[in-house]
Amino acid sequence: MSNEIEAIKDPGLPAHVHRRTDTDPKAAKQAERQVAILFLLSALGTVLLIGSYIFIPQDLFIFLPILGNTNAHQFFLGLGMAASLFFIGMGAIHWAKTLMPDEEVVIQRHEFRSPEEDREEFVKAAKDGAAAAGLGRRSLIKRTLGLALGLAGLSPIILLRDLGPLPGDELSKTSWKAGTRLVTDPGDRPIRPEDLEVGAVAQTLPAIPAGAHRPLSDIGKDAVLLIRLRPEEFNLDAERLSWTHEGIIAFSKICSHMGCAVALYEQQTKHLLCPCHQSTFDVTRAAKVIFGPAARPLPQLAITVDSEGYLVAKQPFTEPVGPSFWERSS
Amino acid sequence: MTARERIAGNVANYVDERTGAAKWMKKNLTKVFPDHWSFLLGEIALYSFIILLLSGTFLTFWFDPSQREVVYDGNYQPLAGLKMSAAYASTLHISFEVRGGLLMRQIHHWAALIFMAAIVVHLMRVYFTGAFRKPREFNWIIGVGLLTLGIVEGFLGYSLPDDLLSGTGIRIAEAIIQALPVVGSYIAFFAFGGAFPGEAFIPRIYTVHVLLLPGAFLALITVHLMLVWYQKHTQYPGPGRTEKNVVGYPLLPVYMAKAGGFFFIVFGVTAFLGAVASINPIWLYGPYTPGQISAGSQPDWYMGWLDGLVRMSPPIETHAFGHTISWNILIPGLIVPGILFTGMALYPFIESWITGDKREHHLLDRPRNAPNRTALGVMSLTFMLVALINGGNDIIATTFHLTINQIMWFSRISIFVLPPLAFVITKRLCLSLQRADRELVLHGRETGRLVMMPHGEFVEVHEPISAEKAWLLTQHEQQPALALEEHDASGVRRPKALKNKLRARMSKAHAVAVPKATAEDLKEIEHH
Repeated sequence: MSNEIEAIKDPGLPAHVHRRTDTDPKAAKQAERQVAILFLLSALGTVLLIGSYIFIPQDLFIFLPILGNTNAHQFFLGLGMAASLFFIGMGAIHWAKTLMPDEEVVIQRHEFRSPEEDREEFVKAAKDGAAAAGLGRRSLIKRTLGLALGLAGLSPIILLRDLGPLPGDELSKTSWKAGTRLVTDPGDRPIRPEDLEVGAVAQTLPAIPAGAHRPLSDIGKDAVLLIRLRPEEFNLDAERLSWTHEGIIAFSKICSHMGCAVALYEQQTKHLLCPCHQSTFDVTRAAKVIFGPAARPLPQLAITVDSEGYLVAKQPFTEPVGPSFWERSS
Repeated sequence: MTARERIAGNVANYVDERTGAAKWMKKNLTKVFPDHWSFLLGEIALYSFIILLLSGTFLTFWFDPSQREVVYDGNYQPLAGLKMSAAYASTLHISFEVRGGLLMRQIHHWAALIFMAAIVVHLMRVYFTGAFRKPREFNWIIGVGLLTLGIVEGFLGYSLPDDLLSGTGIRIAEAIIQALPVVGSYIAFFAFGGAFPGEAFIPRIYTVHVLLLPGAFLALITVHLMLVWYQKHTQYPGPGRTEKNVVGYPLLPVYMAKAGGFFFIVFGVTAFLGAVASINPIWLYGPYTPGQISAGSQPDWYMGWLDGLVRMSPPIETHAFGHTISWNILIPGLIVPGILFTGMALYPFIESWITGDKREHHLLDRPRNAPNRTALGVMSLTFMLVALINGGNDIIATTFHLTINQIMWFSRISIFVLPPLAFVITKRLCLSLQRADRELVLHGRETGRLVMMPHGEFVEVHEPISAEKAWLLTQHEQQPALALEEHDASGVRRPKALKNKLRARMSKAHAVAVPKATAEDLKEIEHH
């Protein structure tokens, strides 16, 4: 390029400027003392750490400005550790900057490309090696080797098969059956309609025999939210309206987007909001999505009361609850 | 010879006679490292990794990676008698009963945040200065790999305590797996050993978190550093610095003292944060159960952009032939991140294809001298920033009294509008800075001294800048755009003409520059 010829010249490395510690022995002595002080501060830090570990009780709280109520044990232990490490570093760097030689050194780079003859020899060796193995000529060996290696690669996948069961219809069903009582979570108490005032919300689960264990994976599908409105506030078709009972409507609490618990209910607007991604569902319109990334309403659970007047499921969920998956048909 | 020298000599002799290391040591102990604050960013990442290994090992001595249900009977009264997983209970035990346990937990978490932040800022330094160019493309790819693994490792790490917040994060990860077409529910059931959450996931990710991924990190970091060592560090341009030399301090003693000292400083600062700044107070969240959640659920910052993308996604699902495809999860959760990270990994090759530059580069670019690259970088960062902001939309809404809807719509529009805008503005800024450099070289620096000329005119006195500064501002080379002919010499249309056209256009955009000042220009001005 023409630029190269007329470019401004490189003046070369600037001359080295001596530091005060290089020329003044007094300054050097002073720097040495500073480094020593920094190392001593580190030693003090370790003493503080050991002292805090042994002598400060774990449940002692002290009030500190900005930090507020602070656990003294954890605080001084940490400060001691921080100081013991930090000042070693400061000392070493101060030492390097003031007392170690600071003259910049120049070394040369060399190109990574090997000399031409090495490259040729390398290519030749590779070619000779391949020719000696006869891979090119013996295509039967090449192909069967490829097959063998490919199949051998499958074995880790096969061996991981027992990581878990096949999904089957697990994702599509819940514990809710016709007649299953809704019980409070926590507390496992059955609920009567009159327990819920208008505007109230209850978190419920299907009743299980007393003392039975309820695995978290059941809660992850069975959690149901009860909301009581005035019946005239609903804006539902006849079928969905028949799924409610005296203004009480039940939805799966598991978000149809990514499965978080849809736990925020705005009483004024009658919206349910998922705190994870802010999908918003309109309770009066069968949990229709009115905002956010969720693509489907929360499944509604049909409810009624049993002979003793407790709320029960009228039928199982009519669609899978929770996030979407490939096999889901609607 | 003092006794100490004699002992050192004996040790060196003993080692050399058994390994022949003297030749290698001689060469490498005097190896030169250029000095610049921005070269410390990668070091911070390396040191944070060592801190993570040390503090993490401490935590494993008490952590019980099991989802077996236990009843809490520890010191923290608000949770007394509650059912929870052994993982959560043992994390509470570390926090409240093991002396120094909470400190170590907080150091571990802070170190993870610093590790990721240092990686990202180091990546930005490497990108904006063009340090990824030949011969360092491998190291760039390893770096992108480390960043990706870091995100996964961090996510698994904060998921281990099995508290309400992190369990919610796992639930979301499960939903992403479950959304994969065809194999989704199978992979989810294999990963979780059945329906979510099951009792297998925490023990499994524990093995991945403390063994598999740290092993991968160690291997990749080793190769990363060996390549830096072998290829020698890049250096910033300046007087006396060329493509053929390295100007800096020798490994022994200066660089070693500084780098070693810096490790202790990073560790000290992390310990200080662990002492005074509470992080991830899991005892406030309670144990995980799928039916509960806390408002303001936020992932750690390096996952925030991903969550932000998911939050702003429109509600699109396809239901056809009895199957469901969740575009609202696949696009923001897998497809867009996949494109971003693949593009990032391939960038060195894309740029060299555009410029046609296949030479080695050891002198760094000043970002303004590569306007297209700098603008592309700022554009990507803007995209990430909008996504990150939307990831905190609930927090922002409550803090600034806005509605979620306003922020969501702001993000949905901004994610398309702001990145291109950032590109244009950055490119113009770079060109303006180039123009300012040219001015400075040709007309010198403004002194602020006003002088009245004999005929009454006031002029400001300009002082010529130093030769060093003039060199710094003009040392870069300005490559012309690739000349790619659509037709060959005999007028025949070349194959792949469209690809060539695209390449020519991008090459032209890449080569846009304000002509740098030359000695010729200077002479011309002196004549006036």
